[in-house]
Amino acid sequence: MLLGVRHHGPGSARAVLAALEAVRPSAVLVEGPPDGDALLALAADERMRPPVALLAHAVDDPGHAAFWPMAEFSPEWVAIRWALAHGTPVRFVDLPAAHSLALTERTEGAPQEQDRGGIDPVGILAGTAGYDDPERWWEDVVEHRAADGTLADPLAPFAALAEAMAALREAYGDGGHPRDAVREACMRLRLRAARKEFGEHIAVVCGAWHVPALAARTTVAADKALLKGLPKVKAELTWVPWTPRRLARRSGYGAGIESPGWYGHLFAAPDRTVERWMTKVAGLLRGEDRPVSSAHVIEAVRLAATLAALRDRPAPGLAEATDAVRAVMCDGSDVPLGLVRDRLVVGGMLGEVPDRAPAVPLQRDLARQQRTLRLRPEAQERELELDLRKDTDAARSTMLHRLRLLDIGWGEPAAGRGSTGTFRESWRLRWEPELSVRVAEAGVWGSTVLSAATARTVSDAVSAASLSGITVLAERCLLAGLPEALPVVMRALADRAALDADVGHLADALPPLARSLRYGDVRATDTSDLAKVAVGLAERICVGLPRACAGLDADSAGRMLPRVEGVHTAVGLLAGAVPADGLRERWAGVLGTLSARDTVAGVIRGRATRLLLDEGRLAGEGAARLMGLALSPGTPPADAAAWIEGFLGGAAAGGMLLVHDERLLALLDAWLTGVPAVMFTDVLPLLRRTFSAYEPGTRRTLGELVRRGRGPDRAADRVEVSAPGFGAGLDEERAAAVIPVLQLLLGTGTGTGIGRVAGAGTGPERAASR
Amino acid sequence: MTAFADTAAAAGGEALRPHAERAFADELAALAAADDRPRPARWKLSPWAVATYLLGGTLPDGTLITPKYVGPRRLVEVAVSTLATDRALLLLGVPGTAKTWVSEHLAAAVSGDSTLLVQGTAGTPEEAVRYGWNYASLLAHGPSSEALVPSPVMRAMAEGMTARVEELTRIPADVQDALITILSEKTLPVPELGQEVQAVRGFNLIATANDRDRGVNELSSALRRRFSTVVLPLPATPEAEVDIVSRRVEQMGRSLDLPPVPDGVAEIRRVVTVFRELRDGVTTDGRTRLKSPSGTLSTAEAISVVTGGLALAAHFGDGVLRPGDVAAGVLGAVVRDPSADRVVWQEYVETVVRERDGWKDFYRACREVSA
Repeated sequence: MLLGVRHHGPGSARAVLAALEAVRPSAVLVEGPPDGDALLALAADERMRPPVALLAHAVDDPGHAAFWPMAEFSPEWVAIRWALAHGTPVRFVDLPAAHSLALTERTEGAPQEQDRGGIDPVGILAGTAGYDDPERWWEDVVEHRAADGTLADPLAPFAALAEAMAALREAYGDGGHPRDAVREACMRLRLRAARKEFGEHIAVVCGAWHVPALAARTTVAADKALLKGLPKVKAELTWVPWTPRRLARRSGYGAGIESPGWYGHLFAAPDRTVERWMTKVAGLLRGEDRPVSSAHVIEAVRLAATLAALRDRPAPGLAEATDAVRAVMCDGSDVPLGLVRDRLVVGGMLGEVPDRAPAVPLQRDLARQQRTLRLRPEAQERELELDLRKDTDAARSTMLHRLRLLDIGWGEPAAGRGSTGTFRESWRLRWEPELSVRVAEAGVWGSTVLSAATARTVSDAVSAASLSGITVLAERCLLAGLPEALPVVMRALADRAALDADVGHLADALPPLARSLRYGDVRATDTSDLAKVAVGLAERICVGLPRACAGLDADSAGRMLPRVEGVHTAVGLLAGAVPADGLRERWAGVLGTLSARDTVAGVIRGRATRLLLDEGRLAGEGAARLMGLALSPGTPPADAAAWIEGFLGGAAAGGMLLVHDERLLALLDAWLTGVPAVMFTDVLPLLRRTFSAYEPGTRRTLGELVRRGRGPDRAADRVEVSAPGFGAGLDEERAAAVIPVLQLLLGTGTGTGIGRVAGAGTGPERAASR
Repeated sequence: MTAFADTAAAAGGEALRPHAERAFADELAALAAADDRPRPARWKLSPWAVATYLLGGTLPDGTLITPKYVGPRRLVEVAVSTLATDRALLLLGVPGTAKTWVSEHLAAAVSGDSTLLVQGTAGTPEEAVRYGWNYASLLAHGPSSEALVPSPVMRAMAEGMTARVEELTRIPADVQDALITILSEKTLPVPELGQEVQAVRGFNLIATANDRDRGVNELSSALRRRFSTVVLPLPATPEAEVDIVSRRVEQMGRSLDLPPVPDGVAEIRRVVTVFRELRDGVTTDGRTRLKSPSGTLSTAEAISVVTGGLALAAHFGDGVLRPGDVAAGVLGAVVRDPSADRVVWQEYVETVVRERDGWKDFYRACREVSA
């Protein structure tokens, strides 16, 4: 008895159940890898809850794997459960996984997807019947019919289907599935063996496409010849939990299904399918506080039935039900409908597998990597210094980062010992026993450390709540070398960045990105996408920042200040690392706007001015002019003090600026002495905060300068042109003495003039960057 | 009233805009002749034929039915099925998505009459939904059925026809509530005469409403429950939208006596692209997400931007539609809320327009008008 089914077809599952009940075979054979026969008994375990998948992977290469997913409504699962419940022997009959894994070529990263080239038998039948959608045809003709449960002969649909498939195979030959001949030869051989063992009374549950081939009369010798010389790998099989979402994937049983939840409902509902479905939907929507009454349910059922009639379908299917729900219960909106699709049509129930199932391959992959990288798990804590320029160390770092992404905290990054280079990393390693449990848990994500970390990162990126969360993820993703996850993370990042209206969040997100770009350099990963996102982010910040800095109170301004600084640093990094034409200029323009706009908080204005000055974009007179404006008598002293904090505070060189630029000091001095007595106590804390950050030496020098007052030879208003902030004129002789040393430092050869050296030393930033 | 009814016919039969059932009388007749499917009570056509009338097709006898609505088939099917289950139909959508057009053609195909229409405004009185009185007759002879002036809805109930309510959400809430009894009890009491009008089978109601306008009278959930809602979307593909816009622009340009413009298609495509990208919140290549401004940016607005640009080009330019002619119009359509939308627009200009090949002129024009 050959029961041809559609994989994951609830109607097929019902029909199989009915047929098995009617015929009561002496043995059940199911399409699947026979090396998994030992695992079949586990299907009866009470802790086994579908959806689950039979996983086969090559022992020495856990990433090379194939899955046979099974849901509650899969005919294969139904047949296995029926056989186990009735004490009937059950076997798999397909090609052993050892061969099928060896036959499929290895693809990097994601688990093996089986070849789906060639014709789609159901699609051809549907096209012949005038349907454009094969799924719908199958539903109408087979699933709906069988779901009535009123079939006189439970075997009739299988006979009809076998006939149709035989006609198809006559017309199309192997239909572009060349490996099927081998698989079917194997099935026939196993069928013969089973006949010998259990007699003729055997049921075979397999894809409908294979039925004609199994019925064909061939010789044993011919079948054996087909199987001769097949490549073989050592394969291991186990059950793994599966999710409805992943049932949609085309792998193993090649039927990717879009609506496992609906199929589950079709299978589970004893009668009145649409009515029960609408009630479920109403329950879900009510749970989400949407007013849905029984009247809604009634109307939705009526509308679904009318729609089915209008579309000439025998019964309402998922499309009709969804249209009716949208029109009646969701006010035509797709938003609540998305919820229905997520929770019901797809469904989110995770499968479960008993502990007795063999260990997950992730553990084995980890052990293998630990061996190759000579990094043994030890309970004793130890420090590990990695030099990323060495291949082994780079691979170690990558693995540790991947494990961290999987929440397997074997290594924690530690502060580097002394060295500040980006090619060094320090780790603190410690293997706790419970990490083995974590590894087992992480097994749901994939069968290798790489694929699991990729899957986990992708999932995290999609569900991440905050923008900075994703940037951190992107940074770690680069560190962990996950090229396949990176595009998804980038996409999520770009999406979230575009929709985030808060410039503060954008500003938080930029610095990690800029850092990542530098890591990219060290690790030779391709970061062009990242660069694009980062530049886009910077552009957005340039547009939005002036507005975001306007009208802030002291606290918010204080929070905004480090962001402005962070963006400033990041823009500097970016402009050096990626081709971003004019980004530096645009940013300078934004700083200019910030420094000149009155509505911007004083502390930010001051800092923007300072950053411009450090960049060398503001001549000394410009800074003095802006300072004069900010400290003019009309400005409230508190604002002026905030400006001073922004301008002179924070950066360590702030004090030195005053020491060297007498004009600024004079302006400050004049302002401070002009502050009215009543206001002085208000501005004092701000000033103290600013000046107490200076080094004691600087403070003392400043004090001496102020006490001495403006001497005749230090007047600020001398007309002679000089480097801003420095004394007039140049003592050529003394300057010439340092030139040899400078040339050595700069690595320049000959002929540097004094003017150039003096020019290179104008701004503290430039001096520091050399 | 009858004195006005046929003014168009009297003036030579050339109405500025004939009703659907008159404009497409041939198609409706051909459909009715070919239609052998069951028809609900008092329907002029079966639901299948109504769907064909709206979506277009070819009849067995070779008659070509022009498509009235270009959009997802699913929506029309849901709309027709809703009417067949005698539930009221609410067509929602942003302005310019052919809501009124669909409702008119549905009424014409189902009842053969699209004129039982209540235009919803902030001043729509209850009489427009229920009934009014001929006060001269009322004063002279007292309340009688002769003095009663039925509303379009009341006439539709009595005759088993399809009534239409335009802009339902503009009607004041208390007048909206008058519809609840009509839709749930299917009856309209006339206490002055001690009578009631019961809806005859075949009566139904199609309402249209704008789901993007602010400051309208939101439907009460009691009323909402009586409607099945179909949301009419904006055109699905850029090609379809460019097509709609250029066709309408051509028609409008003709009626405004604008000189014909040699080649505006490139600019029209650009306007449509900008509108679509901002509306959808994602660039055409699907790679960059964008913020959406607060305006609707419907196809109708794209049409008016292009028409305005054409007028600029024709009267003040060299007759060729150039980026500078449309940039100001686009800016005006996008920036409705001066603070939030301006940021959205600037981000769009700086991150998308600037980078795009062949858009340099447009970028410059945008910078110019934004400054």
